[in-house]
Amino acid sequence: MIVETGAFALILAFALATLQTGMAVAGRLRRSPVLAGAAQGAAIAAALAVAIAFASLIFAFVTSDFSVANVAANSHTDKPMLYKVAGAWGSHEGSLVLWCLVLTGFGAVLARARNLPFGLKTSAVATQGLLGVLFLAFAVFTSSPFARLTPAPFQGASLNPLLQDPALAVHPPLLYAGYVGFSVCFSLAVAALIEGRANSAFWPAWGRWVRPWALASWAFLTVGITLGAFWAYYELGWGGWWFWDPVENASFMPWLAGAALLHSAVVTERRGALAGWTTFLALLAFTFSMLGAFLVRSGVLTSVHAFAVDPERGMMLLAILGGTAGLAFALFAWRAPQLKGGGMFAPVSREGALVLNNLFLTAACATVLLGTLYPLILEAANGSTISVGPPYFALTFVPLMAVAFLILPAGPLLAWKRGDLKGVTQRLVVAAGLAILLALAGWLMFEPRRALSAAGVGLGGWLILGALAETAERTRLFRASPGETLRRAKGLPLGAWGTTLAHAGLGVFVLGAVVETGYRVEAARPIAVGEVVEAGPWTARLEDVRVVEGPNYLAEQGRLTVALRSGAAPREITAERRFFPAGGQTTTEVGLDFRGLDDVYVVLGERGRTAAGAPAWNVRIWWNPWARLIFLGPAIMALGGVLSLMDRRLRLGVGQRKAAP
Amino acid sequence: MKRTLPIALASMGAALGMIAAEPPPAPDRPLPDAAREARAQALFDGIRCVVCQHEAIADSPAVIAADMRGLVREQIAAGRSDAEIKRDLVRRYGDFVLFRPPVRAGTWLLWFGPFALMAAVAAAPLLLARRRRVEPMALSPEEEAQLADIVAQANLRRDPDAKPSDH
Repeated sequence: MIVETGAFALILAFALATLQTGMAVAGRLRRSPVLAGAAQGAAIAAALAVAIAFASLIFAFVTSDFSVANVAANSHTDKPMLYKVAGAWGSHEGSLVLWCLVLTGFGAVLARARNLPFGLKTSAVATQGLLGVLFLAFAVFTSSPFARLTPAPFQGASLNPLLQDPALAVHPPLLYAGYVGFSVCFSLAVAALIEGRANSAFWPAWGRWVRPWALASWAFLTVGITLGAFWAYYELGWGGWWFWDPVENASFMPWLAGAALLHSAVVTERRGALAGWTTFLALLAFTFSMLGAFLVRSGVLTSVHAFAVDPERGMMLLAILGGTAGLAFALFAWRAPQLKGGGMFAPVSREGALVLNNLFLTAACATVLLGTLYPLILEAANGSTISVGPPYFALTFVPLMAVAFLILPAGPLLAWKRGDLKGVTQRLVVAAGLAILLALAGWLMFEPRRALSAAGVGLGGWLILGALAETAERTRLFRASPGETLRRAKGLPLGAWGTTLAHAGLGVFVLGAVVETGYRVEAARPIAVGEVVEAGPWTARLEDVRVVEGPNYLAEQGRLTVALRSGAAPREITAERRFFPAGGQTTTEVGLDFRGLDDVYVVLGERGRTAAGAPAWNVRIWWNPWARLIFLGPAIMALGGVLSLMDRRLRLGVGQRKAAP
Repeated sequence: MKRTLPIALASMGAALGMIAAEPPPAPDRPLPDAAREARAQALFDGIRCVVCQHEAIADSPAVIAADMRGLVREQIAAGRSDAEIKRDLVRRYGDFVLFRPPVRAGTWLLWFGPFALMAAVAAAPLLLARRRRVEPMALSPEEEAQLADIVAQANLRRDPDAKPSDH
C-alpha cells in the first residue's frame, strides 16, 4: 500500500511540476501575480510529493519488501539498517528519485525566495519546473523504483558490498545536493537571459542572488567528492584516492565549473561586469552535472563506478541533456551580446585576477572534459582505442593548476578596478620567502629527493601562507597593537574569512597530494603468522588470522602490529577480507593506522602457502606520508564556502536596509 | 541473529570453495634487484588491465593483470628498456593498454587542446583590452573651472547616502 502511495506520489509530482511550468509561463506572459503564486505553490507541492515518494521507497527498503523489484535487487534482510536505508539510493532508479528530490526541493526553496523581482523569479520557477518535468518523466516512465515483482522472492540479492560503507551511504546525498544545486543557478541564468537588461543595476543584484546557490552547491560537491575519494582510498584497497576514472572526472567537471562560477559571480555582484560570462558558467555547471549523470548511467564509459548500464536510458538522458543545454546555450548566444554593461577595470586589478582564475579553471575543466571524452570520440571517429589515465592529467591538468596556484595569493590582495602590483609584491614577499624555505625543507626531509615534489611542497605552503598574508594584512597583524588586530579581525566580513579558509584549504590539499603522490612507499609479499613486511620507516607483523562473522558477511581478520623499524611505537590494527554470500563477492577492509599526518595502510590479501608449506597471506602495506591533509584540505575549503554563505551580504533581505535614510 | 560457530566455519569453507572455483592469480614474485623492482612498479601504474574497468595492473586483482605484471618483470629481467617493454605491450594489446595515450595526428587535439585553448582565451581579453583603452586628455582651463563649480555645488547639496558624521 505504502509502495503504491510512493508510485502515485511520484506521478503526482510529475503532474505538479508540469502545472508549475505551465502556470509560471502563463503568469509571466500575463503578468499575473496570482498565476505566478500558484506556480510557486505547485513547486512546493511537487517537492512534498517527491519527498513522500522517497520516504515510501526508504520504507520499502527498511521493511525488506521484496515484492518491490528494486528492493529485491538491492537489499537483503541481513544487511545492517544503515545500508538498508542507503540501499534506497544505491541503484539507478532509487538515486534518480533522490536526484528529483533535490531538484524539486531546491525548486521549492527558490519558490519561497523573497526579494527576487517578479519577472526573474517567475521565469526561474518556470525553468526549474521544466527541469523537474523532464527528470520526473524520466523517473516515472522509464525508471520507476516502485515496480512490483510476482512472485516476490524470499530473499533479496543485496547491495554491492563495496557500497556498504558509512562514507558511501552519505556520499550520494551530498554529491547530489551539489550536482543538482547548480540547477537553480541554471534556472536563474536562463531567467536572467530572458529578463535581463543591459542596465547596470540588474546584474549586481543578480550576482548576489546566484552566488549563495553556487556557494552552497559547490560546498556540498566538495564534501561529496572528498567522501567519495576517501571511500575509494580505504575501501578499494589500492592505496590511491583519485584515479582519474571517467566517473570521478564526471563529478570533478561541475566542481571546476562551479568554482569558476563562484569567482566570476563576485565580479558581477561587485562591479556588474562579466555578466555574460557568469551566466555562461551558471549554465555550464549544471550542464556538466547532467553530463555526469549521462556518463554514469548510460554505460558509454567503462568505469569502476558506472552503475546502470543501459543504452536506452542513456539515450533518453542524452536527449534531456541535449535539449536543455542546447536550448539554454542557444538562448545565451542570442541574448548575451545584448547584455553588455558593467564597470571597466585595468588588467592588474581584483577583477583581472578573477578573470585569470576563470581562465585557468575553465581550461582545467576543458582538459578534464577532453581526457574523459576523447577515447569515445576517437573510437567513434576511426575505431582506434586509447586510454587516458593519470599520466595524461599529470602532464596537462597539473601544470595548468600549478601556474594558477602561483598567481592565486596575489588575487585577494589586489584592489578593485586598478591594483597596485608593486604593493602586492611587497606584501607577499615574506610568504614567498617562507614558501621557498619550505620547498627546501621538503627537498631535505624526504627520500628519494625529487625536485618537482619539493617544488609542490613549496607551492602548497605558498597557497597557505599567501592566504594568511591577506588576513594578516587586513588585520594589521604585528604592525598594530594586539587589541587593534583583534578588533579588526572581528570586523572582517565572514566572506573574507571564507576566502582565506578556502584558499588555505586548497594549499593543505596540495601539500597532502604532492607528498603522498611523490613519496609513498609500497611493499607486498606473502607472509606467515609472525613474519614482517616493511615499507619506509614502518613494519607490519602479522600476529594472527581468524575467521569472524559479520551481520551479512564472513571475514578472515588479520591482526597486525604496526611499528617503526626500531620496534618503537607499536600499535595494533586489523585488516579484513570479507566474503558476502548474498552476492558472492569479496571485499577488502583496509587496516588504517593513523600516524599523525601519515597513514600506514595495510591490506590483507589472499591466503596462500609459504615455500615451507605453512599458510601465508599476501600482505600489502603502504606508507602514505601526509595523506591526512588530502582529505583535511577539502574539508577546510568547504568550511570556507559555508562561512562565505553566512556572510550578511549574501543573506536575502539585507539589501533593503540601504533604503533607510 | 547469531549463528553458531560450526555453521560459520562451514559456510566459510563454502566461501573459500567458491573463491577457489576461479583459478587464483599467480602470486607476485618481486624481482630480487630492488632498483629493477622499482622500475617494474613504476611501469605497473601506467599500464591498464585489459579486462578491467579503468584499473592499472598495479591495482587489479584480475588473473590477466597478474600475468601482465609477470610479463613486465620477465622483460625487465631480460634487460629490456621501459620503452621497449611498452612497445611490446602496445604490439600485443594496442594503444588501449597504456594510460598515457601516444602523441600522434589523432591525439593532437587531446594533448595540445588544453594549452591551445588557454592561449586562445588568454589572447582574447588582451586584444579586447587593447582596443578598449582610451587615453585620458588633460582638461582645458574652462573645463577645470566648470569642474570646480560642479564640486562646489555638490558640497552644498547633502549626499543622501552619507552618514551625519561625514559633514
